[in-house]
Amino acid sequence: MKIIRILSTLDRRIIFLLVGLGILIPLLKPLGIPENITPPVRDVYQFIDTLPPGSAILLSVDYDASVLPEVHPMFLSILRHAMLRKVKVIGIALNPAGVGLGVQAFDRISKEFGKKYGEDYVYLGFKPNMAATMLGLGEEIHKVFPTDYYGIPLDSLPMMKEIHSYRDIALVISFSGANIPALWVSYAYSRYGQKVAAGVTAVMAADYYPFLQTGQFIGMLGGMKGAAEYEDLVNRLLQKKGYRKPMPFAIKGMDSITVVHLLIILFIILGNLGYFLQKKEVK
Amino acid sequence: MHLAADPWVWVAAILTLFIFTFLYKDNPLYKFAEHLLVGVSAGYYLAIYWHNGVKPNIIDHLGQGQLIYLIPLILGLMFFTIFIPKTSYMIRWPIAFLLGAGSGLSIPATFQANIAEQIKGTMLQPLSFYYSNAALINAIILFVGVLTVLTYFFFSKEHKGALYTTARIGIIFLMIGFGASFGYTVMARVSLLIGRLQFLLGNWLGIIPSW
Amino acid sequence: MLQRKIPLFIVFLMGFLMTVQFYIPHPVSQTLYKYVLDWMNGVASMAIVLAVGSLIMHHWRRLKKPEFALYSAVTLVSLFFMAILGFFFGIREGSLFQKMFENVQIPLQATMFSLLAFYMASAAYRAFRARNLEATLLLLSAFILMIGIIPLGYYIHPRISDFALWILNVPNLAAKRGIMIGVGLGMMATSLKIILGIERNWLGG
Repeated sequence: MKIIRILSTLDRRIIFLLVGLGILIPLLKPLGIPENITPPVRDVYQFIDTLPPGSAILLSVDYDASVLPEVHPMFLSILRHAMLRKVKVIGIALNPAGVGLGVQAFDRISKEFGKKYGEDYVYLGFKPNMAATMLGLGEEIHKVFPTDYYGIPLDSLPMMKEIHSYRDIALVISFSGANIPALWVSYAYSRYGQKVAAGVTAVMAADYYPFLQTGQFIGMLGGMKGAAEYEDLVNRLLQKKGYRKPMPFAIKGMDSITVVHLLIILFIILGNLGYFLQKKEVK
Repeated sequence: MHLAADPWVWVAAILTLFIFTFLYKDNPLYKFAEHLLVGVSAGYYLAIYWHNGVKPNIIDHLGQGQLIYLIPLILGLMFFTIFIPKTSYMIRWPIAFLLGAGSGLSIPATFQANIAEQIKGTMLQPLSFYYSNAALINAIILFVGVLTVLTYFFFSKEHKGALYTTARIGIIFLMIGFGASFGYTVMARVSLLIGRLQFLLGNWLGIIPSW
Repeated sequence: MLQRKIPLFIVFLMGFLMTVQFYIPHPVSQTLYKYVLDWMNGVASMAIVLAVGSLIMHHWRRLKKPEFALYSAVTLVSLFFMAILGFFFGIREGSLFQKMFENVQIPLQATMFSLLAFYMASAAYRAFRARNLEATLLLLSAFILMIGIIPLGYYIHPRISDFALWILNVPNLAAKRGIMIGVGLGMMATSLKIILGIERNWLGG
């Protein structure tokens, strides 16, 4: 009883320390638990994997650094997958604080695969009004983005000569920590029938299941788990094709998440034991 | 252990540690980092909004002689009136333009995405029962769940009698839903910390492979 | 007149036209629709002066107060430094502007939010109690999810993972859909109230 009482009234700094260690130790000594692939992630992977080479997808950087470890690995993995499959990629950003993350990701991954700017991929940058941008892309991309992120006129980019609206884009993937993927459904899917998928933070993931069931999302990556699954699928593909496997950021992170999840469950159980003990004593 | 040679990595690592000092208590290092973030972000926005917004979507068009873009330019300039007390009411005009157009665009879109499609997805479709008994049971649970949750949010009538029971069932669904969200939230919050520790241990200290 | 009636008229006109164009795809309404979409981005781009302008004014005033002066100076100097870099020295990869973004803005913002992990754990420990049926259900659902979504859960038994997915796909979906429909109706009603001038809070004082 005394032990339970002590364990249920731990100082918050001890909790902080345990959480810190729960993350740190698996990073230093990975557990190496393999990923299981869930249907929403597999659907996105298969969609991109079966696209004919030369088709185009649009990746929207709708997140910023506040959710970087969850969403950025998704963005990198999907970008790798698309580039490996010779799918053309259009990048845009609807979150002003995330624009530079897109610059960084495209720069890094295009170098890995030796892709050429303007021919294999473009980065169109940021627009402030989400609804107007999503709807405008259904009419004429060149009007919404007269120039790309760097100020180059879109008409002078070879790849963009054949891409004018959603009709020329196989899939839009919105990466976000907020409700922007839902807006993509409202404006791009509902009005123009554009296929949409989402890479979202775990906080948002549970909220988006209604869109999966109706087919308004063709698939979804939720949180670091979703990122780890996609990373695993792409890394296997890279290995098969003879490429060097990149450092699996999210897969490694999942080890720490496993430990912390168990810790939090333990904390909650201890907290509750203390609560019931106290209730009994009062009675 | 291979300490990073890039001075920028050191800048990022030191700033990361400054923020972590908050865990002990609020202090000048944290305050400095916080104010630096606000300043750098605001400066970043200014440049991005100019290069990706004002310049390509207004100024360049005007440079090509497309005078119709004077309309968004004038509307946009009205935002500046906020700094002149006498004319500050004019800021309402561009806001009215954005708000009116945004509201108008959102009505049909929201109806389609949030209501029509969701109702369609909840309807018990005889064809789906053909597949399995489990599909039938799930479809019924879903149907009951959506109806009872909507009943819970129906405040025009007091929750008494049948309405009370229905709303109570709605609460059960809501609690399971919130529990699912919480389960996911733990992962979300932990992920953010993993990211920073990976950076410190990998990119900065070189103890683990860098990302 | 200028202060209230014109903005209310603009809101009504734009709202009406943008709603109607969805249902009446006439060439005239379509041309107008395309222009409005185009202008919306232009006008919204200039709204940044509101945010940054008030931030500058706020910190400018704080410069006169000794306890805040130093911190506000940090904000102002970094703001102008970053803006000058972006305006005059380019924004592409490898530029000082992008380097500052990657090595100052990203780590600061990411670390700030990473602190939440600690507070979330401590809050779960202190406040998450099975006080009644509702709280117990919430707790159980959270437990199953926490075990079911990690690979460990799947390897203990695939059924655990299946059960977590079932929770997400059926009861959770029902709850979130109910909320989604409610929010959708609320959004439509608010939009309509704004267009018709019933909701006027946005006009301010």
